Amino acid sequence: MPTTLLLVGTRKGLFVLESEDRRDWQVRGPYCESWPIYRAVYDPDAGTIFAAAASEWHGAAVWRSSDLGETWEWSSEGLSYTDDGLKLSKVSSLAAAHGRVFVGAEAAGLFESRDGGVTWSLLTTLDGQPGRGSWNDPDKQPPGHLGLSAILPHPDDPSRFWVIVQGYGIFETTDGGESWTPRNRGLRADWPREDPEIGFCVHKLVLAPDRERMYQQNHVGMHRSDDGGKSWTEITDGLPSEFGFPAAAHPHDRDTFYVIPVDPGHGRTMPDGQAAVWRTRDAGSTWQRLDDGLPQRNAYLGVLREGMTIDEGGLYFGTSTGQIFGSVDDGDSWSEVASYLPGIWSVEVASVG
Amino acid sequence: MSGVADVHLPSTLTALFGDLPRRVDVDAPTVADAIARLDERWPGLRDRLCENGSATSLRRHIHVYVDRERAELDTALVAGSRVDVIAAISGG
Repeated sequence: MPTTLLLVGTRKGLFVLESEDRRDWQVRGPYCESWPIYRAVYDPDAGTIFAAAASEWHGAAVWRSSDLGETWEWSSEGLSYTDDGLKLSKVSSLAAAHGRVFVGAEAAGLFESRDGGVTWSLLTTLDGQPGRGSWNDPDKQPPGHLGLSAILPHPDDPSRFWVIVQGYGIFETTDGGESWTPRNRGLRADWPREDPEIGFCVHKLVLAPDRERMYQQNHVGMHRSDDGGKSWTEITDGLPSEFGFPAAAHPHDRDTFYVIPVDPGHGRTMPDGQAAVWRTRDAGSTWQRLDDGLPQRNAYLGVLREGMTIDEGGLYFGTSTGQIFGSVDDGDSWSEVASYLPGIWSVEVASVG
Repeated sequence: MSGVADVHLPSTLTALFGDLPRRVDVDAPTVADAIARLDERWPGLRDRLCENGSATSLRRHIHVYVDRERAELDTALVAGSRVDVIAAISGG
């Protein structure tokens, strides 16, 4: 059986949780000198862990380990804007695919590395896209702004991927990042927008195993696309809240995916202090509450946009108060994997060996 | 005029570079030049102290003092100056 890793990005460094059976877990870390880690992934082709980090003192860098976390290097060479006044405050999103490593930054920009994270270069700031003139204006951004908050590579097509610009929506490229198209048609927005193509608050975007269906958790509602993001249909009915951050698509079943609804106001924790993950097995027509093994009293848990992860062996989520829960039966039952980590920003599952 | 300054660095910085000591003697006419000298010896160090990897401004929470007076990148150094680089105010 391969070893399972959970890469846990926290406010105080990266932790690696390791298990041979997905029941007993060893916790290693904190790594990366306890820098805040927004996102960490494992690139199976390179055998490298990458972690997007931003220190309040020392700025942004991408850390990397080629020995599953025992030793680390970092680089920010090329991770900066050289013109038009943009300032890079953090790297917040990260993806590795097809020999390239991508990081998304605030101010919104997409950087890539073709040498395994040693050096970086700016791929695009999405110049010419609707909203580009205003999305880097600090007066129009929420606290803790992430900029380019997600990168989703297509698993088969190296030239196709999607990004999210926080508060503006999804953009797709099919030519490796040269040109972009907004992919937000059919999404709801409960606020005035100047351009019909943009102005949507997409929290998390996931791709189903058929490579065509997509799901998203939006600021206002759950949505599904059956045409690779070209059009969207809302599927919120049956959930206790339209608001949440993470989402996870089942690795085999295109009709199954998971969300964690939270209260939409200041709290942004699971409703009524009762922890639950919600699952659909019919592409959003109906939803089931999954809470067996999750705390049901005084559990005011929040989970951020990269805080849930899934693979063939399990489903895991980490909370903003440092707990990790896991399920090895598609969410039917849960157990606590770790209890006292720092506040969690991201969890990524990987199999090695 | 310049001379060898006595530069004191924070532990959050020295942890990032294998052999960077907490105290370094640097011969440079200004704070910016001192950081440039350190960056030559420990590549990438300037980006940890200055915005956008350039020598135009210090990072927001990096404070520099020369002989206990708050300094900027263009502050002059003289022989024997004590330079304190502080990682300041970042919450709990």
